[in-house]
Amino acid sequence: MATPFRETLKTKKFVVTAEAAPGKGSNVAKTIEHIELLKDKVDALNVTDNQSSVMRYPSVGVCLLIKEHGGEPVLQITCRDRNRLAIQADLLFAYSRGISNVLCLTGDSVDVGDHKEAKQVFDLDSVQLIHLVHTLSSGKDMAGNELDGAVDFCIGTSASPSSDPLEPQLIKVEKKLRAGVDFIQTQAVYDLDELKRFTEFVRKIDQDVKILGGIVPVIGVKMASYMNENVPGIFIPQSLIDELAEAPKGTGVAKGIEMAARLIRQIKEQNVCDGVHIMFIGREDRVPEILEAAGLA
Amino acid sequence: MIIAERKSLEEIRQELAPYKRVLVAGCATCVAVCWAGGEKEVGILASELRLARDAEGNEIVTSEATVERQCEKEMIEELSEQVAQVDAVLSLACGAGVQTMAERFEDKPVLPAVNTTFIGMPETEGLWVEMCGACGDCLLDRTGGVCPMVRCAKGLLNGPCGGTRKGGKCEIDPDKDCGWVLIYRRLEKQGRLDLMREYYSPKNYRAVKRPGRVQAARA
Repeated sequence: MATPFRETLKTKKFVVTAEAAPGKGSNVAKTIEHIELLKDKVDALNVTDNQSSVMRYPSVGVCLLIKEHGGEPVLQITCRDRNRLAIQADLLFAYSRGISNVLCLTGDSVDVGDHKEAKQVFDLDSVQLIHLVHTLSSGKDMAGNELDGAVDFCIGTSASPSSDPLEPQLIKVEKKLRAGVDFIQTQAVYDLDELKRFTEFVRKIDQDVKILGGIVPVIGVKMASYMNENVPGIFIPQSLIDELAEAPKGTGVAKGIEMAARLIRQIKEQNVCDGVHIMFIGREDRVPEILEAAGLA
Repeated sequence: MIIAERKSLEEIRQELAPYKRVLVAGCATCVAVCWAGGEKEVGILASELRLARDAEGNEIVTSEATVERQCEKEMIEELSEQVAQVDAVLSLACGAGVQTMAERFEDKPVLPAVNTTFIGMPETEGLWVEMCGACGDCLLDRTGGVCPMVRCAKGLLNGPCGGTRKGGKCEIDPDKDCGWVLIYRRLEKQGRLDLMREYYSPKNYRAVKRPGRVQAARA
């Protein structure tokens, strides 16, 4: 059986998690393939919740599949699609089925997804969501009613160390830390110094929270410029783009994996933060190569 | 004030298809200021309709009138004689005006010619921006006079999402400012950033129970 993520976070181990993106449709064969491939190679699999506002198989469904296959799931919950009643109900359900890690997120706007005309909810925000998980842990619901059975989640959240301006983001991070989280995973980072500065900021407020650097391999110059222009909170330095440009044709993925592994090694060797969260969306099958190249296999 | 945008001529023509005699009714308050439904727009729309219907050989007879405020029963009373002469009323007022008219003249179809969009203000000539979500629980004292309910695309209460674009623009539109960056800058300027560090609990959506009703305090 997998080690509970909370126990892993208590050790000195360099923590490694990977993102598991649910598919679109009821066929879960591919998802199970990815779970089988990754479950023993990482400390937890983090399951997205209608990622990028694109309607998919539910996060809680893939978390259950991970449990069934002996892995350790992290349930992502965004505030975009459910109001406070639905979120509380989903948390009770998830906990009752053995899912004990939750990642509290705001969620992208419906405007970026595939159901642009939908009514987005945002009854709560991510800070309020963290408070809500603590409320359910105390044996009460948000309205103050007694619960027949509380929850006990290991709580995580996200942060964007590359935001411009950064200060408003840091105020929000501070509020999340004060609400009480066990781990923070960052948006994709490419600049080691930036991650160092972010870690220092967090450490001033919270000595114990575990920080996982976000790793998104960049596999081509086009992808890099697209991300720089269109993916908020991401900044890929020119030196990395130049390095990608020099890679021979057809070797983009290999180069991206090499660069991601190098960054992970640097993070680990220089003790920049407590671990990494790898997001290789659509190429989950290549994550083991990153782990191997980073010396984490 | 209330901002509205005129519907397309095609949509308005579909609404009016069954009717021959139509009163085109404007409102001289909010929708006049935002160039959607004042006297001038009434004149333009009425002639557009006449031209279009003439071209298809289906003549329409329009009359025109603009009142100070269609959302006040007393002010629309002056239209009663004109309304009696027509098959339908095309109102260029906001949704409140259309409904006040529909209630007063309940035996006649009152059809909307504009889409009411938000409560806002003019930013530059011909550009109006949303300012208030009419949430019934104003928190502008804590946010530097910038409303996060409508000026943040997600209506977040505790700071920006992770989607802020470079330079403090919104995730969904690089032409729009991130509401929380605006709040941050305003509070910073005033030396009140502590307000942003406070935790704000979930919004009380009971503050305005739909349908809304406000009873004035008795003296």
